[in-house]
Amino acid sequence: MALKILKNDCTVCGACEAECPNEAISFKKGTYVIDPVKCTECQGQFDAPQCAAVCPADCCVAA
Amino acid sequence: MNVISLDSIFGLGEMKSQPAPEASGCTTSSCGSSDGPSDMAPEVWEKVKNHPCYSEEAHHYYARMHVAVAPACNIQCNYCNRKYDCANESRPGVVSEKLTAEQAVRKVLAVAAEIPQLSVVGIAGPGDSLAAGAKQTIQTFEQLSQLAPDIKLCLSTNGLALPDYVDRLKGLNIDHVTITINMVDPEVGQHIYPWIFHDHKRWTGIEASRILHERQMLGLEMLRDAGILAKINSVMIPGINDEHLLDVNREVKARGAFLHNIMPLISDAAHGTHFGLTGQRGPTAKELKALQDKCEGDMKLMRHCRQCRADAVGLLGEDRGDEFTAEKVMQMDVDLDGGGFTKRETYREHVEAERALRHESKAAAIAEVAHMAGEKPILIAVATKGGERINEHFGHAKEFQIYEVNAEGAKFVGHRRVDLYCEGGSGDEDGLGTIIQAINDCVAVFVAKIGGCPSKSLEEAGIDPVDRFAFEYIEESALAYYADYSAQLSSGSIVEKIGADAVIRQGAYTSKRA
Repeated sequence: MALKILKNDCTVCGACEAECPNEAISFKKGTYVIDPVKCTECQGQFDAPQCAAVCPADCCVAA
Repeated sequence: MNVISLDSIFGLGEMKSQPAPEASGCTTSSCGSSDGPSDMAPEVWEKVKNHPCYSEEAHHYYARMHVAVAPACNIQCNYCNRKYDCANESRPGVVSEKLTAEQAVRKVLAVAAEIPQLSVVGIAGPGDSLAAGAKQTIQTFEQLSQLAPDIKLCLSTNGLALPDYVDRLKGLNIDHVTITINMVDPEVGQHIYPWIFHDHKRWTGIEASRILHERQMLGLEMLRDAGILAKINSVMIPGINDEHLLDVNREVKARGAFLHNIMPLISDAAHGTHFGLTGQRGPTAKELKALQDKCEGDMKLMRHCRQCRADAVGLLGEDRGDEFTAEKVMQMDVDLDGGGFTKRETYREHVEAERALRHESKAAAIAEVAHMAGEKPILIAVATKGGERINEHFGHAKEFQIYEVNAEGAKFVGHRRVDLYCEGGSGDEDGLGTIIQAINDCVAVFVAKIGGCPSKSLEEAGIDPVDRFAFEYIEESALAYYADYSAQLSSGSIVEKIGADAVIRQGAYTSKRA
């Protein structure tokens, strides 16, 4: 149960990193990645996964 | 690296001996300047006089730079597509490299040492300066306010997060904030904003625009109460918000906004924006000016905006960003203590003295045309490199500044971007056609120099090529020309040009130096 970032669509803006309540998103080797261990899909925290809600490229999707 | 000597800078605004101003019934030295203290509280003038974006007059003398530390955004606009970044493209939301706060500070100090005209550092994205917790924006400003306190700091935002940060901005001595407001009615807004991200949720439809609108109005009121000058940017989108911008103008004026900047939509399909892909057109030059004229009342209208990139460097209308990439800045010997403060101070004193004298010579030139009160205005295009002088060769101009001239004075009303028409000698005909389209609503073009061939083509198009005012001041020359023009018109030696419109150039534009 986690989300992933589609690297080819990512604009590397970092909006997702700032919104993630679990600090699951980090910048690695030129792109942002989601740590599947830390990712909760924001269940029990928010109505929707925050990274997907803020992403301008709609590239945070179910893994 | 292009090292500037102080002498070459002073060449921009070099003082020529001026005839003593004649009695004109105008006693204040500011008379004749649309921006001068005569129509502005002194404390406001102090804030804007050296800010190229807030004062039209200042933009001839002072440079700005944007540092691209804010890539994240919290809303989606139909005129923006952040994936597209071409180095030759000049429009908001675009950058070639994103910077950390540390890199940005180093870059500012490097530029400040190299370009003494620098008076302002702004953060304008490429996303929203206050999105994602505004961390990099605040950090950058905190360091700059310590290291280069003489440089003004400003930012631009869509306003969604603004109410959360007004106190913080006040604490950082930020005097200027720009909010992009394209609507005051969510019914209109829903056609511009597909969604916003607010309070941990993506909002769509009319609800998104309602929240955005409320936050924008609240933020604007908070700026006013905090004594921070607010500039409002509005994108004019024909058929969607063009008439509506009159309502926007009224509402922002009522909430104390200082300046309204109505900009044409940029919507090239190649940028991949929603408006670009759906064929939404931008306004023509005449449509834009008509709307700006209607909105101009108690509130100032900005007409000299170049819609610059979020990493632009230099005078408005030029971009020297390529000289200061992160890689080049890292290799430069950067003075971390003030970044060339003395040179900037010297330049500012020089400009101050020149501007004071200019106010007098403008007033004298206006007195010369006082008898023409009530006569129709004309538009004149000007090739200039800055310093309010006609000092650019026709073939080298990357843009033309447009002045509207009547008995009340010569007023800057806009600019037209043109591709380089002359690159290294022989001009090409297509380039000339582009220029004629861009300034077709003007009766004359003022240049420092022009070749025989383009002169002939311009004359055929009804545009008078004028080089007799080479290196003179723009406004004084425009008024002298107006008097001649009017005399010729009434003697019947020339005929009036009626109804011509011009194209606002939307394509790639950069003004790089070798």
